[in-house]
Amino acid sequence: MIITIAMRECRSLFMSPLAWTVLAVVQFILAWIFFAQIDNFFALQPQLQSLKSAPGVTDLVAAPLFNITSIVLLMVTPLMTMRLISEERRSGTIQLLMSSPASMTDIVLGKYLGMMLFFVIFILQISLMPLSLYMGTELDTGKLLAGFLALFLLIAAFVAVGLYLSSLTDNPSVAAVASFGLLLLLWIINTSTQDGASNLFNYVSLIQHSNAIIRGVINSQDIIYFILFITTFLGLSIRQLDSYRLQH
Amino acid sequence: MSKTTLIKASGIERYYGNFHAVKNLDFELHKGDILGFLGPNGAGKSTTMQIISGCLAPDAGQIQINGFDLTDEPTQAKQQLGYLPELPPLYKELTVDEYLSYTAKLRKIPKTEISQSLEKSKSRCGLTSVGNKLISNLSKGYQQRVGIAQAIIHNPAVIILDEPTVGLDPIQIQEIRQLIIELGKDHGVILSTHILPEVQAVCNRVQIIRQGELVYHSDMQTLTDSMSSQQTELCFKNSIDISLLDETKNFWHIDKATETNYLAEFTGNEEDTDEALNLLLKSIVDNKLQLVSMSPKTQSLEQIFIDLTVNENQSDKLIKTEADA
Repeated sequence: MIITIAMRECRSLFMSPLAWTVLAVVQFILAWIFFAQIDNFFALQPQLQSLKSAPGVTDLVAAPLFNITSIVLLMVTPLMTMRLISEERRSGTIQLLMSSPASMTDIVLGKYLGMMLFFVIFILQISLMPLSLYMGTELDTGKLLAGFLALFLLIAAFVAVGLYLSSLTDNPSVAAVASFGLLLLLWIINTSTQDGASNLFNYVSLIQHSNAIIRGVINSQDIIYFILFITTFLGLSIRQLDSYRLQH
Repeated sequence: MSKTTLIKASGIERYYGNFHAVKNLDFELHKGDILGFLGPNGAGKSTTMQIISGCLAPDAGQIQINGFDLTDEPTQAKQQLGYLPELPPLYKELTVDEYLSYTAKLRKIPKTEISQSLEKSKSRCGLTSVGNKLISNLSKGYQQRVGIAQAIIHNPAVIILDEPTVGLDPIQIQEIRQLIIELGKDHGVILSTHILPEVQAVCNRVQIIRQGELVYHSDMQTLTDSMSSQQTELCFKNSIDISLLDETKNFWHIDKATETNYLAEFTGNEEDTDEALNLLLKSIVDNKLQLVSMSPKTQSLEQIFIDLTVNENQSDKLIKTEADA
């Protein structure tokens, strides 16, 4: 059931020009940054050779690429997730799902997995760039995989937020703006704090956890943060759909 | 004859904020029934349909679909029903085949049977030739058919159709009605509409809902019987002198309705009906009255509908008599 809904979701995504446009635009921008980083790396190479434990190409090319990708995702994910449930509410197709023998959990997980399927394709496409460096040099495979993991977890968290906010309204643009705002807030929440409350804000901030993983430090604390984050928002979405039947 | 009860709804209540949309609704649907659900706009028809189909949760009351409670066993209960909402729930970016096979999978039809049930429901709804077309490119009528095909693809025990003939041309309406009658043979069908002739043409039971309350329910036969009356309407070309028809006095009481229209009320015994009619006609012919038309006056469903939905006191009376019957 979940798979059925997920496959329908992903298929419909690729039938709209939006998915293709997003893939193309993001690929173009990231390619630009990728080349800029390589250029940078060549410029720095003479100085690097004199250093004892110099950062390698993975640190200087792949890691910045992942950092920029996460910022691009911050803007792109709300656009992709905005229609997930709000569009179904608006066009009335939600009634098909609700009158079908599918539970609210099935619907939410199906939608979530369908969108994640799209973003897995997205990550694969992005990953081709750093992987292409294997043709010319040695890469730190561990760090590279950590970078992919960080991207995956970030996306998983972003999509969960987007899905929840999309379930709150039947206007996709409202869902997009709201999820962008919430994600941005979670992104920058630790910037203004100096001490005291900063521990809490640091823990809540998404960027703290993803940056650590991109650096290659895989800490169970970060992983648990993401799992909690995702399950919280998926749980809220299921609740929201349930209460959609109860009142309006 | 005891029939299988497909839907048993009791004490359904539904509020929208402070607005009491559905008030203590009870009804049953049996196998082979085509139940017409009538009501003016905003009477709570669609709300009731949504509640039965599980899209809205009732504030109180119980619904059993083919023996499964909609609240306690929602998946089994929903497996038993096909629902066409007011707005057909279509994914317009898919083709008809893609969409229908998606809905088939949603309704847990085994993989091996999907193509078979897809073909069956397509041919039933006259969609065989448009299988490869995008739904967004279909006309409103065809989209409506896809909506119906979606509701019957898993051969559900109960089919709920919310205004299925809206936006269709007369021929399509005829076809859809034919389809509904056919479906009613081995399913239970609930049909909501405010088109009264549709109910008369299709349904074998009728329910009228007003301001969230069930104000009338009976089977079509009782309704038809109660609609025919003892009155005959006579329409002449010109105004006539009623006294000319005095020889029919034993059987008829004739009243002038308008300038050229007269109402003849039958006052004799039932076995004399034919004789009385002959006498009336003979008398008209003998007096060389120019008769334009003569028809039994029936109380139309429209009349009942208007009486019930406009006149509150009368409807309360009717409920009682119907409940007794």
